[in-house]
Amino acid sequence: MKRLLVLGAGTAGTMAANRLRRRLDRSEWEILVVDHSDRHYYQPGYLFVPFGGYAPDEIVKPRAPSIADGVRLVYGEIDAVHADEREVILGSGRRLRYDYLVIATGVEPRPDQTPGLLDGGQWRQSIFDFYTYDGAVALAGALRRFTRGRLVVHIVDMPIKCPVAPLEFSFLADDYFCRRGIRDRVELVYVTPLSGAFTQPVASRRLGAMLDERTIAVETDFMVERVEDRALISYDERKIDFDLLVTVPLNMGAEYVARSGLGNELNLVPVDRHTLLSKAYPDIFALGDASDIPTSKAGSAAHFSVDVFVDNFQRYIRGEPMTGSFDGHANCFVESGRGKGLLLDFNYDTEPLPGRYPLPGVGPFSLLKESTANHWGKLAFRWTYWNVLLPGRPLPLPAHMSMTGKHRDAQIEE
Amino acid sequence: MPVTTIAGREVHVDDEGFLTVYDEWDDDLAKQLAVQIGIDLTAEHWKAIRFLRADYVAQGETPTLRRVSVVGGIPTKDLFVLFPKKPAKKMAYIAGLPKPRGCV
Repeated sequence: MKRLLVLGAGTAGTMAANRLRRRLDRSEWEILVVDHSDRHYYQPGYLFVPFGGYAPDEIVKPRAPSIADGVRLVYGEIDAVHADEREVILGSGRRLRYDYLVIATGVEPRPDQTPGLLDGGQWRQSIFDFYTYDGAVALAGALRRFTRGRLVVHIVDMPIKCPVAPLEFSFLADDYFCRRGIRDRVELVYVTPLSGAFTQPVASRRLGAMLDERTIAVETDFMVERVEDRALISYDERKIDFDLLVTVPLNMGAEYVARSGLGNELNLVPVDRHTLLSKAYPDIFALGDASDIPTSKAGSAAHFSVDVFVDNFQRYIRGEPMTGSFDGHANCFVESGRGKGLLLDFNYDTEPLPGRYPLPGVGPFSLLKESTANHWGKLAFRWTYWNVLLPGRPLPLPAHMSMTGKHRDAQIEE
Repeated sequence: MPVTTIAGREVHVDDEGFLTVYDEWDDDLAKQLAVQIGIDLTAEHWKAIRFLRADYVAQGETPTLRRVSVVGGIPTKDLFVLFPKKPAKKMAYIAGLPKPRGCV
């Protein structure tokens, strides 16, 4: 019996295991998935929690029902991968051999990596994050109590999960304080290590204009060195005071990846960006946020890359070349407040562009432009995630990005 | 692809002036590129530039600030002193490498 071992039952690991279970012969292939937690979190939902949206049971569900019959779910911490011996050691000492390994343990926020963030006495007092469930819930309380002062939204460094989420948080915060009637008493500041609101030029201009429209100040090229009391201090000694800091800590891959010698400086696994095969080992793939591919760390990139991976994997184990090639495709709804949203669609080579995104039955959605339909698309996606994506059912979205409906040279109205 | 003349010879650059052909670069060109953005190269600058050049060959992309600090062993604080305000971009510019990609 051959064994496919998947580390991490998040978005990418769950989809890969469930879909390969249907494709691989049960008499020849065993599939095991290891995760440390018996709960699965819908991470895109975290964004809404600080503003009072979503009850816990809408974004947290038991892990086991999301795993297909015929896939063995093993709970445990991962201690190390011994790639030369093809085995994984769990914290309990248990050893799991494999024929092929999929690393899908994602990235996690690491506030401990910035001096003063976790250990400066302000963590969960005046400093919060919303990339963890606990952080998002704690921030909801802090926002409710916030009646005046300066709220700073901050990114430590790239890459981060869902790179638009800090912008969305800023838009929603503006909306939230407006609705409470205290927007004039709250100063909003967006602090980023990038040179603009976003990385890609067209989207950066559009999203930057949206910050301006909402009177959200932007501080760019800000690389934080440390936090002192209630101030961010950059490597070039700029200082930004805050009353409330909503930070996105450094995102890093799992520590066992580093201990196993499989990671780069951020514990991300270097892989071929088109096949997701490890550059170091021919029997290890890395899916989802855990790899070093230069696209969004986001569920949609995980989804589209898993589409390519499952086809490729069946060929690969037969000794055939992997003909599928992941193009870095990702798309995401960007919540912009007041019941509206934008849609971005892009890949390795094509930045987010304006236009229309065709989708039979429901679409088209407007790209890079605010609309009510995009807001509802974002909310509807939660159902799709639990009921279509995770079980590995087909979703009528092509894995590869299409230029249909996009305007390459369009000037966006600003 | 635009062609421009730096240090008396023609080199290929992108819209923002970053060199696009790895082998068109040499030390003399680096000095000229540095002058253009107001930097006088010292031994410390060269250490960073040599790391960038070598890492680019090994990895196929321009290293991030974090990588220069963690793998190259040059503290980020020093990089901000050597290449003020935008060290990642300035280093890449002088080292004749593509502008570091902003991860989407």
